[in-house]
Amino acid sequence: MDFQSCVNIKKEWDIVGARQLGRDISKKIGFGTVDQARIATAISELARNIYLYAGTGKVCFETIENLNEKGLRIIAIDEGPGIRDVTQVMEDGFSTSGGLGAGLPGVKRLMDEFDVISRQGEGTEVNVVKWLR
Amino acid sequence: METNLKEIVLNNSDDIVRMWLEEIEKNRKHDYTSTISDELFESTNREFVNVIFSSLEKKGLTNDIEGFAERLINLGWPLSYLTDGMQAFRRVTINYILSQSTKVDTDYFSEILSKVDEWVDPIINQLVNEYSGSWENIVSLQKVALQELSAPLIPVMENITVMPLIGTIDTERAKQIMENLLDGVIKHHSEVVLIDITGVPVVDTMVAHHIIQAAEAVRLIGSTCILVGIRPEIAQTIVNLGIDLSKFPTKSSLRKGFESALEITNRQIVELEGQHKDIEELIDSLDGE
Repeated sequence: MDFQSCVNIKKEWDIVGARQLGRDISKKIGFGTVDQARIATAISELARNIYLYAGTGKVCFETIENLNEKGLRIIAIDEGPGIRDVTQVMEDGFSTSGGLGAGLPGVKRLMDEFDVISRQGEGTEVNVVKWLR
Repeated sequence: METNLKEIVLNNSDDIVRMWLEEIEKNRKHDYTSTISDELFESTNREFVNVIFSSLEKKGLTNDIEGFAERLINLGWPLSYLTDGMQAFRRVTINYILSQSTKVDTDYFSEILSKVDEWVDPIINQLVNEYSGSWENIVSLQKVALQELSAPLIPVMENITVMPLIGTIDTERAKQIMENLLDGVIKHHSEVVLIDITGVPVVDTMVAHHIIQAAEAVRLIGSTCILVGIRPEIAQTIVNLGIDLSKFPTKSSLRKGFESALEITNRQIVELEGQHKDIEELIDSLDGE
């Protein structure tokens, strides 16, 4: 674990800010264009979820450097209403806001590791990792 | 008493200016103005202090401040230069007055403080207002400029229209895209609309959702929508996200999309052969001479 930098999500345009920072960091780590696009899209989904459902929150980035592998960890934290049924939101096509319902399951497919912790009324933390290959 | 303080300051303006310049010079070492040339910095400082004193003399705000602030804004000087300068002026002036007066009690001291504040605060307020006003103006102009660029619709030929999208799509823009698209399709009698997303950096579920909705709406009013300019990495993320775009045709480039648009409208591009012949004849006739 190297360093951590966060972007606060308060307005819709903060999503763009988070995406840009994530793209810069992933470029610095050495991800290719396809993985950069995957990471940027995943950040976009996570940040938009915060903006849509929790109102405010933050997206944090962390470079992971081990002996034999390198990667990027993205943590999206909010103190919103939480997710009622985590298994349900991980199903494709489930959405409470009339969207496509591909957000979280899509992020899981875009990234290598995926973990979501949510407590009702307390907030949600989504933790994803992309490894450099 | 009131005029006294002012007189002290005005009569000793040279000393105060010198102290003020020293103070500013001290601040300079560790901040923003290091890229500005010494002469410009000095002349600006002189002007700044003149503006302050002229507003003191005339007992109120003058147009000088406005003009001075405007010029600094145009030069791109930071607001903190002005606020730091005013704070330095406040410190220097208070110190100077205190050093000049023999009797110092708390009443006198608080009087000096409130008097100097009365001189300094309106100037700071006006400077900050000038600056923030100019920023707000810039932001609102840029917003208008962005809106103008946000969803253009180009009728390239009869029945075929192109909408190139560049940059991030947010909710407001998505709404505009939908409106312009539908208005334009009706206005230009378009049979085919090409939406070009070459310049869209990230296609996430929200963007895809809006594009799908727009395409569906175009279909409802009897036209065909072709999504073009899907870059390879975008194609991969769309597949990863599991977004279903099979309901309407997609193409990798605007050129390919345009070809299929021509097909749909029963047309094709034919190269003219006549011109070649003309040139050949011309060359032949030249050879003959």
